[in-house]
Amino acid sequence: MIRAVLYLNQFFGGLGGEDKADLPARLTEEAVGPTKAFNAVLGDRGRVVATVICGDNYFAENIEKATREVRDLIAPYKPDLLFAGPAFNAGRYAIACGAVCKMAQSEFHIPAVTGMYRENPGLDLYRRDVYIIETGDTARFMAQVVGKMAALGTKLLGGEKIGSPAENGYFSRGLLANEVASKIGAKRVVDMLLHKLRGEPFESEVARPAYDRVRPAPPLKNIRSARIALVTDGGLVPKGNPDKIEMATATRYGRYDITAKDTLDPSEYEVNHGGYDSVLVRQDPNRLVPVDVMREMEREGEIGALHDRFYSTTGLTCIVSVMTELGKKIAENLKEEGVSGVILTST
Amino acid sequence: MVGSNRIVPAQKIVSPLGNPALQPEDEKAMRKNLVRKALEVLQAYLDEQKVFP
Repeated sequence: MIRAVLYLNQFFGGLGGEDKADLPARLTEEAVGPTKAFNAVLGDRGRVVATVICGDNYFAENIEKATREVRDLIAPYKPDLLFAGPAFNAGRYAIACGAVCKMAQSEFHIPAVTGMYRENPGLDLYRRDVYIIETGDTARFMAQVVGKMAALGTKLLGGEKIGSPAENGYFSRGLLANEVASKIGAKRVVDMLLHKLRGEPFESEVARPAYDRVRPAPPLKNIRSARIALVTDGGLVPKGNPDKIEMATATRYGRYDITAKDTLDPSEYEVNHGGYDSVLVRQDPNRLVPVDVMREMEREGEIGALHDRFYSTTGLTCIVSVMTELGKKIAENLKEEGVSGVILTST
Repeated sequence: MVGSNRIVPAQKIVSPLGNPALQPEDEKAMRKNLVRKALEVLQAYLDEQKVFP
């Protein structure tokens, strides 16, 4: 008999709305809210032995503490399986659901399943660690979602092979699994191309990364008093690459002092970038990071100041999400350092 | 186009702000012009990605 535990927020737990979002976690053995739906789906195979209810604000404002409290409430029940939510499009609820599922996996070593809408900000936070069933944006389809959550949960519990996201209705977790296909790759790709050429639908085997759009920054004012920084993804680093920036798929950046330098001396730098022939830049690093002309323009008052360090990383086969993070950190550093404009040279 | 909103096309991948075919002083002048262009572009208003050739 499967013993399941369900995590709900204050609303689905029947305790109230936003006015009750500060309630700390508590447990009930009563079948509240979606508990009934889970019990109906589990039928003879099992039931929800306990339901934990916690206010969304209480959880989101004290994630670690609340997670521990939920864990301690659940522990005596020794569940086999945990369900959380589903959270649909509720962001704070999703954070709680993701955290509780993650905790159940790591502390109780039991399978855990939750559900979220594709735009829920909690999705990207937890999709790699937790099985998240795709839901609509409202609770209208609760029964359907509960069915999918229970189906996946019982499969996980039974140690069955979990197929693709599409088969089970969960969001892809960023995992690659080897499979033997009935047709070789060459045949599959040609078939795909033929469908495309005929205007027929086809499905790519690899999803293309989605690039978002960033709103342009407002125009720089007062250039003659502005501090301008030089940034590059051409992999220019001091000799010896002290920050050990990778020559491809970089995960780091460096900041290199150019205080009082009128130019970049080739004997002090090297290029650590596997994607272009760097001989010209090594001969004269100003061809990548134009310290020489920027310093002149600073002297002549065309800009307020050339920032005293340049930032560098290697832009080759990089992971978009990693680079987004590095970019954010560099921008934060630059803002703290009083920089108002950047010239980024890219190879 | 991916990424940057303000784009100034530069020389070559292997030397964005350089040109070995030029004499050093001319190369430096070319570099200064390109960088000046970049500074002008920083001062331009735009509401979507634009290339400034």
